[in-house]
Amino acid sequence: MDYPILSLITFLPLVGVAFIFFIRGEEEAIAKNIKLVALYTSLFTFGLSVFMFMNFDPNSPELQFVEYAPWFSDLNIAYHMGVDGLSIFFVLLSTLLVPICILCSWESIKTNVREYMICFLILEVFMLGMFLAQDFLLFYVFFEAVLIPMYIIIGVWGGPNRVYASFKFFLYTLLGSVLMLVALLYVYNVAGTTEIAELYGLNLSENTQIWIWLAFFASFAVKVPMWPFHTWLPDAHVEAPTAGSVILAGVLLKMGGYGFLRFSIPMLPDATQFFIPLIMTLSVVAIIYTSLVALVQKDMKKLIAYSSVAHMGYVTIGAFALNIQGLQGSVFQMLSHGVVSAALFLCVGVVYDRLHSRLMERYGGLSNNMPNYALVFMVFMLASVGLPGTSGFVGEFLSLLGGYQASTFFGLIAGTGLILGAAYMLWLYRQVLFGELVHKDAAAMKDLNLREIIIFVPLVILVFWMGIYPSFFLDPMLPTLERIIEIHNSGLTWQKF
Amino acid sequence: METVLKDISFILPEIFITIFAMALLIVGVYKKDDGEASSIISTLSSLVLVVALVLLFFTADRQAVIFNELFVVDNFSLFMKALIIVGSLVGITFARVDFKGANAWRFEIPVLILLSCVGMMIMVSANNYMTLYMGLELQSLSLYVLAASKRDNLKSTEAGLKYFVLGALSSGLILYGISLLYGYTGSLGFDATKIALTAGGLNVGALVGMVFLLAGIAFKISAVPFHMWTPDVYEGSSTSITAFFATAPKVAAMGLLIRVLYDPLGSYIDQWQQVIIFISVASMVIGAFAAIWQTNIKRLLAYSSIGHIGYALMALAVGDINALSSLLFYIAVYIVMSFGAFGLIIYLRQGDRAIEDIADFSGMYKSQPVLAAIMAIFMFSLAGIPPLGGFIAKLYVFNAVVASGYFWLAVVGVLTSVVAAYYYIRVVKVMYFEDPAQETETVSEPFLNLIIMASAIVIVLLIVEPSIISAYATEASRTLFLPIAE
Repeated sequence: MDYPILSLITFLPLVGVAFIFFIRGEEEAIAKNIKLVALYTSLFTFGLSVFMFMNFDPNSPELQFVEYAPWFSDLNIAYHMGVDGLSIFFVLLSTLLVPICILCSWESIKTNVREYMICFLILEVFMLGMFLAQDFLLFYVFFEAVLIPMYIIIGVWGGPNRVYASFKFFLYTLLGSVLMLVALLYVYNVAGTTEIAELYGLNLSENTQIWIWLAFFASFAVKVPMWPFHTWLPDAHVEAPTAGSVILAGVLLKMGGYGFLRFSIPMLPDATQFFIPLIMTLSVVAIIYTSLVALVQKDMKKLIAYSSVAHMGYVTIGAFALNIQGLQGSVFQMLSHGVVSAALFLCVGVVYDRLHSRLMERYGGLSNNMPNYALVFMVFMLASVGLPGTSGFVGEFLSLLGGYQASTFFGLIAGTGLILGAAYMLWLYRQVLFGELVHKDAAAMKDLNLREIIIFVPLVILVFWMGIYPSFFLDPMLPTLERIIEIHNSGLTWQKF
Repeated sequence: METVLKDISFILPEIFITIFAMALLIVGVYKKDDGEASSIISTLSSLVLVVALVLLFFTADRQAVIFNELFVVDNFSLFMKALIIVGSLVGITFARVDFKGANAWRFEIPVLILLSCVGMMIMVSANNYMTLYMGLELQSLSLYVLAASKRDNLKSTEAGLKYFVLGALSSGLILYGISLLYGYTGSLGFDATKIALTAGGLNVGALVGMVFLLAGIAFKISAVPFHMWTPDVYEGSSTSITAFFATAPKVAAMGLLIRVLYDPLGSYIDQWQQVIIFISVASMVIGAFAAIWQTNIKRLLAYSSIGHIGYALMALAVGDINALSSLLFYIAVYIVMSFGAFGLIIYLRQGDRAIEDIADFSGMYKSQPVLAAIMAIFMFSLAGIPPLGGFIAKLYVFNAVVASGYFWLAVVGVLTSVVAAYYYIRVVKVMYFEDPAQETETVSEPFLNLIIMASAIVIVLLIVEPSIISAYATEASRTLFLPIAE
């Protein structure tokens, strides 16, 4: 392809921002036009990324559609974009979720529509840039820049306790990422470049690797989030508007896992081996502990937030199993979680828009008056539990398979988390949808409208597609993941244990 | 005679500004109507500075030590002088808006800014302790008057007095340090001092002199532990004067510090490094923590400037060419951010009142969405969040620090920047997350608007092309590491 398609995809939303900025007219017309512009821009971006995917060669581990331009010329740092089997699906996931977010805020966001849409489109730019960057500094710029729009989204359109949640989100994640900056600069000064591909063969001493690994860990573990660095997540999720939670769960949490796979594992092989027991322990604790915490939640969003932490535990187990099943499982679990938890937050959003409460006790028996809603919710609930045939099963199964190969002990314990996962999800479903219709206002709620059905249809299709025909997703990522393991193994200076 | 003419060609901008400052003073005295006089004089002063800026560029890439080694002109001084002149120009524009309608507006204010501008230009070009001190005093005395320029305001008078007393103390410290250095090296010239210190090894007397000198300059750049005057003076002075204090004089004092440390005291690097590292860390920490409890936006920006000086000093402590160029880059970006942030504070009005407290910003995005967004950009940039200019400046500094092996210093830097981020995003919170208490309006002044917009554009687009500043910063820092050719 002889035109810069990746930059086009990344920066296309800015065109929408420019349009939105200059829209003038009557109050209502402005709001409507702004929403339409945002929707069309994001849909067009999605279309473009699908087009890129169709031109993507799934059998190659190499970077594709590479773009290269001088940037910090005095520091020998370049603007380097490229896509490989690891990042391509995250790009697709991001471009898919943004139009869905815009659609789901169609009616619920009434104030400051202009700023809201600008925030979302800018957020999309940063997310896409982060997954496509092949230069460490470029990655870092996008990685941290995400904080700005997200902070404003939570703080302006969030719930009653939004100020606390937005500050916690901002400062917590900033603290993690600035430490990565110091490590980045160290690596840069050793290697003389921030090209990710060139950093892979760096062969640092084990001691140095451990320090750098810890600095990376500070950043990625907060983003994942891993227990015990997860405390910002329930607050942020609960207070964020529905679309904010969707993006947070759908894409932002993947930044941590992506970072582990892109940086820690191939770049710091010795330190990665050294820290496997730590990661495994934290992951297992996350799975068991946060599942138990999820069991006692009264707030639906909080429950799903804790379930996210548990599900991300499988991601880290799979990634640090360091075998091909584990890595595939890890990436697949991230994608699946990106769809499923985003959809679950949307499901909460549907009833929240109608009744403005997130408490389970305010609902109950909704399957009577909202049958379509009950059906959709059930699909995602079962996918979250990991029912075979849905996307959740493939991700969890592969992660556990990989984890079991790497360590029987951790694999076994993590497996029990599946039972707990089923317990809290079924509990949530029973509380909200089954039983008697106790509350009058809940009984008066209408079923899904056309807009909501349009939102859910692609996600339902994806859940089954990923569950029934996973090779479509697993095959293109295979060469890249194999290469990551190969780079990791060739960089090892001591024997695997 | 020929050499004198040749020498004069190097300081044309300074001479030009001086002559016109005097002339404008006379014009002002003879004008009957004070309001008319001051508006003409402020316009003329701005023009003088623009011409001086043009004249300045005729000295580009020319290096010379002139007037019997009293004065040095090189790319470093050029870079600093350009920043100083731009800072003064912005200062005059700010003052014109800020004092509009207030009976404190006097035609002397732009003239004083011109005179202090000359003083600052001499400071960064000094090649002799006498020149240094003359420049410093010309600058300081003008600034003392400016600080107290709101004569009927108690706080402003207090600020002026405080600034004067502490400033005089710091001048005294500097003078005492100079006299010790003179006593132990037998010379006031930078070149001769350098030779004497390099040849003579470590000399305790000269070392004490150096510490006095450093303490005095630390006052001028408001580095901890000599920062106490800053919040009070920033709060008390009119906002335009505060904006001026935060930019041009900081550049000049920093330029002076760089010149003194690298040139005459270059061989004492192991000694001054410890001092600079200490005041750098202290400034970062105090700048980050003390600002958390501030409710006044100007006090907040005062502590913020203390913190930013700490980051800049971190680069100074490292003492190599990359660090120096990162330091110059940092200062340039910092003053652009200050132009924007202070400019906005001057630009906004609530009723007839200027904005003073952070709470005054509450819900500003409802009445002024564009300006609120710009303020948010400046706040995120001051906090050092990518992809804004403040981040790039920090990136260069941290990179230089890490490159020379001071990891712990870089870690302290990034951690304090997280603490500092708290109070910057608090301003964003007040603007965006709270309901408006009052309608916010703006004064109408196209130039001010232009300055704010231009600063915002620079801060946002710096990520695309950082070399628009970094190329000049590198060029400027290189000259300090070269032997000076006649």
